[in-house]
Amino acid sequence: MSLVHTIETGLRSLLGHRLRSVLTTLGILFGVAAVIATVGIGQASSDSVTARITSLGTNLLTISSGSSVSAGVFGGAGSANTLTMSDVTGLQDRQSAPDIQAVAPVTQGRASLVSSSGNWSTTVSGSTAGWLVTNSRTVGTGSFISANDAATRAQVIVLGSTTASNLGVGVGDLVLVRQIPFEVIGVLAPAGSQGFGNQDDLAVVPITTAQDELFGGSGSVQRILLSATSPSTIGSAYLEADQILLQTHHITDPSQADFTITSQTQVLSTAQAVTQTLTILLASVAAISLLVGGIGVMNIMLVSVTERTSEIGLRKALGATPGDLFRQFVIEAGTLTALGGLLGVATGLAVGYIVPRAANIAVTITPLPVVTAVGVAVAVGLVFGVYPALRAAQLAPIEALRAQ
Amino acid sequence: MSEPVAMPVAGTAEAAPAGPVVEAHELTRRYGEGDTAVDALRGVSLEVARGQLTAVMGPSGSGKSTLMNILGCLDVPSSGRYWFAGQDVSRLSETELARVRNRRIGFVFQQFQLLPKLSAWRNVELPLLYRNVRNRRELALQALEQVGLSNRIDHRPSQLSGGQQQRVAIARALVTDPDLILADEPTGNLDTASSRDVLAVLRELNEQGRTIIVITHDPEVAPVAARTVHMRDGQLIDEVAA
Repeated sequence: MSLVHTIETGLRSLLGHRLRSVLTTLGILFGVAAVIATVGIGQASSDSVTARITSLGTNLLTISSGSSVSAGVFGGAGSANTLTMSDVTGLQDRQSAPDIQAVAPVTQGRASLVSSSGNWSTTVSGSTAGWLVTNSRTVGTGSFISANDAATRAQVIVLGSTTASNLGVGVGDLVLVRQIPFEVIGVLAPAGSQGFGNQDDLAVVPITTAQDELFGGSGSVQRILLSATSPSTIGSAYLEADQILLQTHHITDPSQADFTITSQTQVLSTAQAVTQTLTILLASVAAISLLVGGIGVMNIMLVSVTERTSEIGLRKALGATPGDLFRQFVIEAGTLTALGGLLGVATGLAVGYIVPRAANIAVTITPLPVVTAVGVAVAVGLVFGVYPALRAAQLAPIEALRAQ
Repeated sequence: MSEPVAMPVAGTAEAAPAGPVVEAHELTRRYGEGDTAVDALRGVSLEVARGQLTAVMGPSGSGKSTLMNILGCLDVPSSGRYWFAGQDVSRLSETELARVRNRRIGFVFQQFQLLPKLSAWRNVELPLLYRNVRNRRELALQALEQVGLSNRIDHRPSQLSGGQQQRVAIARALVTDPDLILADEPTGNLDTASSRDVLAVLRELNEQGRTIIVITHDPEVAPVAARTVHMRDGQLIDEVAA
C-alpha cells in the first residue's frame, strides 16, 4: 500500500472515532502546553532576576569586614570592623591594583532626616566619590560628594530622588540628620524601583562626616565597594584586592582572612541556579504529564487494535502485509500525537499571551522548549504507537477474522 | 456484465497458465504439539480446474475451514505441497502470501466482513488499495454492477439487507479479477430468498468463467456446483460430480 493510502486509511479510521481521537489528543495537548507555559514562566523569572542583578553592575565586588577570631572561634562575617580607611587607600593604588576602577568605603545606618516641611527615615551611607561609579548611579541635579568634602568633613548630603521629594527639599536646602544640619548638594537620577528595595530612597554623606558625626568608628568602615575596570577583569580585580588586604592585614594563611569578598557574579549565578532549579522542577512535572499523555495514546491504540481485530483480519485477507498494518497503526498514533502537539503549542502560546495580561506573571516563550515539546510529543506517539502496531501486524489473519 | 470491458474473464486478460488453479498434494495441518496436537487435515489432495465451481461439504470439525485457510493462502500446510495457479505457495512468507491473496484470490465470508464506516463502493475498493491501482472507483463500480448493486454504491452496510451485504462482499472479491473466489459459508447467515440471490450471482460468475470454491454445509449449494467433495475427519471421503 502506498504511503498516501496508508495515511488516508489511518485518518479515515481516526475520523471514524472522533470522540476517542479528541480525548486522546487532549492528553498530549495539555502535556505540551504545560511544558511550554512552565518553561516560559521559568525563563521569564530567570531573565528578570538576571536583569535586576546586572542592573547593580556585574563588575561590582563587595568586601565585608569580619570574621573576628577570638579564642579560635569565628565570629562570622561583619562581627568585627576590620576594614579601615587605609585599606581603601591601599586598594586605590593603581600600581598593585590595575584592574580596580573605583573604590568606595561605606559606613551606613538608618537615621531620621528632618526638613522644614517634614521628616523621613532612610538609610544614610557615608562614602566617597567612588560610590557613584561602584553603584552605577548618576547625579540628577547638583553635584556629588567630592574628595575635598571628605577631607574637610563637610556637612553635605546627596539624596535619592524619592527621599528628596518625600522631604520636600532640593539642592541648596538644609536637612537635619540626628540634629546636625547638612546642606543638600545633589539629588541622584532615579534608578527605578527595580532591584531589592527602593534604590531611590537613600542618602549619602562624606565618609569622614559619617564616621565622626553620625555613626562613630573613626577610621573603620563597614564595607568597601570595588568596581573592576570591566566585567571581564573582575577575576583579576578580585585577586588583587585579596592580595592587598591580606598584606595590609598581615595575614599569611588565606583561610584566616578577616574579610570576605563577594561579587555580583556570585550572587547572579546563585540566583540563576535557583530559578533554573525551579524551572527544571516545573518542566519535569509538565514532562511527566506529557508522558502520561503518551501512555494514554498507547492505551487507546491498544483498545483500537483489540476492537478492530476483525477489521485487521479482513485487511490481511484482502492482501494487507504486516508492514501495511504496522504503518497504518503507527501513522494513526503519530497523527494523534502530532495533532495534540500542534494544538498544545497553540495553547501554550495562548497561555503565554494571556497570563502576563491577566495575572501580571511574565512569560518568555523561546523556540527551544516549543520545538522540544512537539518533538517529544511526536516521539512519544511513535514509540507508544509501535507496540499496538506490532500487535496488529502480528495478528494471525484466520483468528483475527473469527473474532467478532 | 453486459459491458465487455467491465470485468475481464479469468484466463483471458492475462496470460494465465492453463493448468489447474488449485493443485494440492497430501496436505496435512497439525495444530499444537505433543499430546495435545490435533490433526485437522490428514493428507488432502485436491485439484480444481480453471472455470470450475466446486462445493466442499462436511460437518463442523471435519477440517473444511482449515482446508479453506490453506487454499486461501491464509495459512500454510504442515506438510504436503500446494501449487496455486502453477506457483508453489506452501512455503511462502507471510508478506508473500499477502501478495498472492491480494492479487489472485477473492474471499467471501459468512459474516460478510464489511467495514461498517465505509460505503459500499469504498468497501469494494479495499483490496485495490493494497496494490496501488489508479482507477479504483471505476473498477469498484463495475464490480458492484456485476452483482446488481449499481444503485447502492453509496450505502453503508447497515443500510443494506443481508443479501445485499453479501453481494457487496462478492463484488469486493471480484474487483481484483482473481484466479479463484473462495466463499466460506456464503449463505450461512442469510434467509432462503437471499441465499438464492447470492447463489445465483455465484453461478453467473462461474458461467462467465470464474473459478469458485464454496465451503458450506448448505445442501442448496450442491445443485449449483459442478462438483461436490465431502470431508470427514480431515480427509476427503468421496466426490460427487454433477
